[in-house]
Amino acid sequence: MNFSRFLKTIFLVEFISGLHIAIKELFKKSKTINYPFEKGAISPRMRGEHALRRYPNGEERCIACKLCEAVCPAQAITIESAERSDGSRKTTRYDIDMLKCIYCGLCQESCPVDAIVQGPNFEFATETREELYYNKEKLLENGDRWESVLAKNIKLDKPYR
Amino acid sequence: MIEYLQILGQEIYKIIFLLVPILVSVAMIVWLDRRVWGLVQKRRGPNVVGPFGLFQTLADALKYIFKEIIIPASANKVVFILAPIVTMTLALVAWAVIPMSENLVLADINVGILYLFAVSSLGVYGIIMGGWASNSKYPFLGAIRSAAQMVSYEVSIGIIIINVLLCVGSLNLNDIVIAQKELWYVIPLFPMFVIFFISALAETNRPPFDLPEAEAELVAGYQTEYSGMMYAMFWLGEYANILLMCAMGSILFLGGWLPIIDIYPLNVIPAPIWMILKILLLFLLFAIIKAIVPRYRYDQLMRLGWKIFLPFSLIYLVLTASFLFYFDKLPKVNI
Repeated sequence: MNFSRFLKTIFLVEFISGLHIAIKELFKKSKTINYPFEKGAISPRMRGEHALRRYPNGEERCIACKLCEAVCPAQAITIESAERSDGSRKTTRYDIDMLKCIYCGLCQESCPVDAIVQGPNFEFATETREELYYNKEKLLENGDRWESVLAKNIKLDKPYR
Repeated sequence: MIEYLQILGQEIYKIIFLLVPILVSVAMIVWLDRRVWGLVQKRRGPNVVGPFGLFQTLADALKYIFKEIIIPASANKVVFILAPIVTMTLALVAWAVIPMSENLVLADINVGILYLFAVSSLGVYGIIMGGWASNSKYPFLGAIRSAAQMVSYEVSIGIIIINVLLCVGSLNLNDIVIAQKELWYVIPLFPMFVIFFISALAETNRPPFDLPEAEAELVAGYQTEYSGMMYAMFWLGEYANILLMCAMGSILFLGGWLPIIDIYPLNVIPAPIWMILKILLLFLLFAIIKAIVPRYRYDQLMRLGWKIFLPFSLIYLVLTASFLFYFDKLPKVNI
């Protein structure tokens, strides 16, 4: 062991410089946020909880083309469709198993009418598994609740698509 | 008979008066530890329960109380249950001799420092019992490690204490404090203070010497099989021990309950507050060090204890003794 290193060891030079840095950092502002009370920024492309959107007149956008069902890599989506009395094809069943879903965003990409979208909400934890088997009502309700944000996000993301 | 009961009642009153503040301060210290750890790493630390998160430990304790205590099927039940009780009792018992001021001490015994040293050495039994009684691999390895570690570092702590005693000439903790009226021992015995501090880290299983509970290797060391309130008792005992080591350091080197200098605005502040401030200062160092150091390897730990600290403190002991003898400054002891 050479002499300067010996001196460094015996006078704890490295340790004291470390302590100095630690004490300096102690008084700086922390980098984390107070999560449940403050939230970080979310990109308009955020792929969170799913929602089924409606047209402004209240008509469901979904035309039951089943592209999302076909493209879904986790096979989380189940769709059944039937002809409605006015002759248009609509879904009778639209289920997403949120536990199977891998949040890849392919359903949203494949949708020709922007009906199924993934919104910015990621705080939908539940106490039971059953609550995470979403059906059509739940998805439409999500769409109604988040519509303003969803429409804004789609508009913001439009130039890049 | 009535007289006896009266004395008993008085003693119990005194003990409760000592224990409750200690348990409360242990809870606060746990919060402080986590908070400082977080702040150094630029996190926020616990800040939700109560003002600044001060009641976090109480919330944790409540959670632990309501959790199930699981005793492994192959464990030795008696020893398994006894281990956390022993740890916590020993950590609390030692506080009986710590003087918070000249009169504010439960037992002002003449061999105070010896008692303190003996009780803190016994602390290793709780850990060994816990590790052995769990009858499982990781706790056993953790217990072996901590036994070896605590025994090694106690040796150097013992010699450091002898260093201080040479200058004082008494084993009474109040005498040790009063002997530092002119000069705190941290100045003439500074290298000993540093070694004492590092040994105290090792003695209480704090990082960088937290080998007995090294998460990456041993899951949680001797605490692996414990759950619920028993785990919390280990935890409380550990922090009470850390606080005890801080108190010991401030008594031996930082002048205990004495003010910094004996001048007007400082010496009206009551003695217990000085003591608490010194303990807090040492504990803050403990907490910051936890955030900045990596864990020692086991052979490095042993080398540091036996090959560096022990010879160094022995040499310093000889130096102190010869200095005191040569300048005729040995304490006058009247027998």
